[in-house]
Amino acid sequence: MACESWQAKLDTYLDGELPSEQMRAYDAHVRNCLSCSSAALALVQRKRSVHDAGKRFAPSAEFRQRMQRSIAGRPRRSRGFAWMLAAVAVLVFAVAGLSAIRLGREQARTAQVYGEVADLHVATLASSSPVDVVSSDRHTVKPWFQGKIPFAFDLPELQNSRFSLLGGRMTYLEQAPGAHLIYQIRKHEISVLIFQESSLHGRLGENASPGRKLSFNLETWSQGGLRYFVIGDASSSDIETLARLFKTTQT
Amino acid sequence: MSGAVPPSHFEDLAMPLFDSLYNFAHWLTQNREEAEDLVQETYAKALKGFASFRLGTNFRAWMFRILRNTFLTSRTGLKATATVPLEPEEGGPELAVESTTPETILMDRLSQESVRGALDQLPVNFREILLLCEVEEMSYQEIAETLSIPIGTVMSRLSRARKALGEQLRPQVQGR
Repeated sequence: MACESWQAKLDTYLDGELPSEQMRAYDAHVRNCLSCSSAALALVQRKRSVHDAGKRFAPSAEFRQRMQRSIAGRPRRSRGFAWMLAAVAVLVFAVAGLSAIRLGREQARTAQVYGEVADLHVATLASSSPVDVVSSDRHTVKPWFQGKIPFAFDLPELQNSRFSLLGGRMTYLEQAPGAHLIYQIRKHEISVLIFQESSLHGRLGENASPGRKLSFNLETWSQGGLRYFVIGDASSSDIETLARLFKTTQT
Repeated sequence: MSGAVPPSHFEDLAMPLFDSLYNFAHWLTQNREEAEDLVQETYAKALKGFASFRLGTNFRAWMFRILRNTFLTSRTGLKATATVPLEPEEGGPELAVESTTPETILMDRLSQESVRGALDQLPVNFREILLLCEVEEMSYQEIAETLSIPIGTVMSRLSRARKALGEQLRPQVQGR
């Protein structure tokens, strides 16, 4: 075989990629061929130069640490994550506990207000004189409150409705003065109590829905800075209807 | 040996390759920050896909392939490969080595900077195959797996890359 044929495979030989039998044959040839051994030496030197020159860039220590943390740090991170979860859980429980306490207190205060409203309704109806102003005329009842309570309100027109106004009286809730109106529908008395919202210190929501309290149906809402309570043993639909009359009157 | 490798072994297998992968990435991107991003993305992808890695597969070639594929889809990679000369590589005769040219003989006397400068000037497909062969000392089979090309293409591309490197160094040799 001519040297040209050998040298055509010189790279493959020096890369160690020739089949083992050809490698042995090449070894034998190079030892006895000056031209091929010189060529092999030159290529080995080139490989070494590229090898050395190619090892050029080294990662920074900071980057190495960052990578190690991202891979090896997984168990540690998961441990840290567990601690974080535990801390979050404690925080959630603490917040939930505080919220529950706060919510419990709010609910207790709300229930207290509703209880007092129910008491006013019951006590008034049980009184020998439930109303101080006896009139079915809203234009008589409304002016009666002037100068007695620190706010004004409108009474709904009851014509074409099944409700009738029996009269009104002054009342107090949370030591704040308010108006207590008594309406009737089919032998059922319904109390409408009106107070300044500010006097209740925002203890009730904008449209608190207490539902059924102490066997009474109750509607309450806030409108125009006033807090309205409509309570009675009439059906919930009657209570809602009367409440709606008040709401439309105030707008 | 073809079973799945426990995920906890990833660090043991991957971290010894860190320096080599970073060096290769820096050669490809020619930018430190991009190289770090590339290596970081490579490890993230490898870690994510480690469940599919099977014993008996060449882990080093697998990691280098992920890195290279990630590079090729990066902006720098797309730009670099857009300038690669389209030369037939498959089926052609193996190129004769110009082993007796002055540049190959004198290359060992060239400074590292000269060789590095010449490598920098090479198209990325030549640069990468020379690095995998000469620096990483990969076998043709490993290179084929890394570059996803047949072994015949590895041999012909390697031969062209060596010739191109010699041509880059020729002016410096002649200037001596």
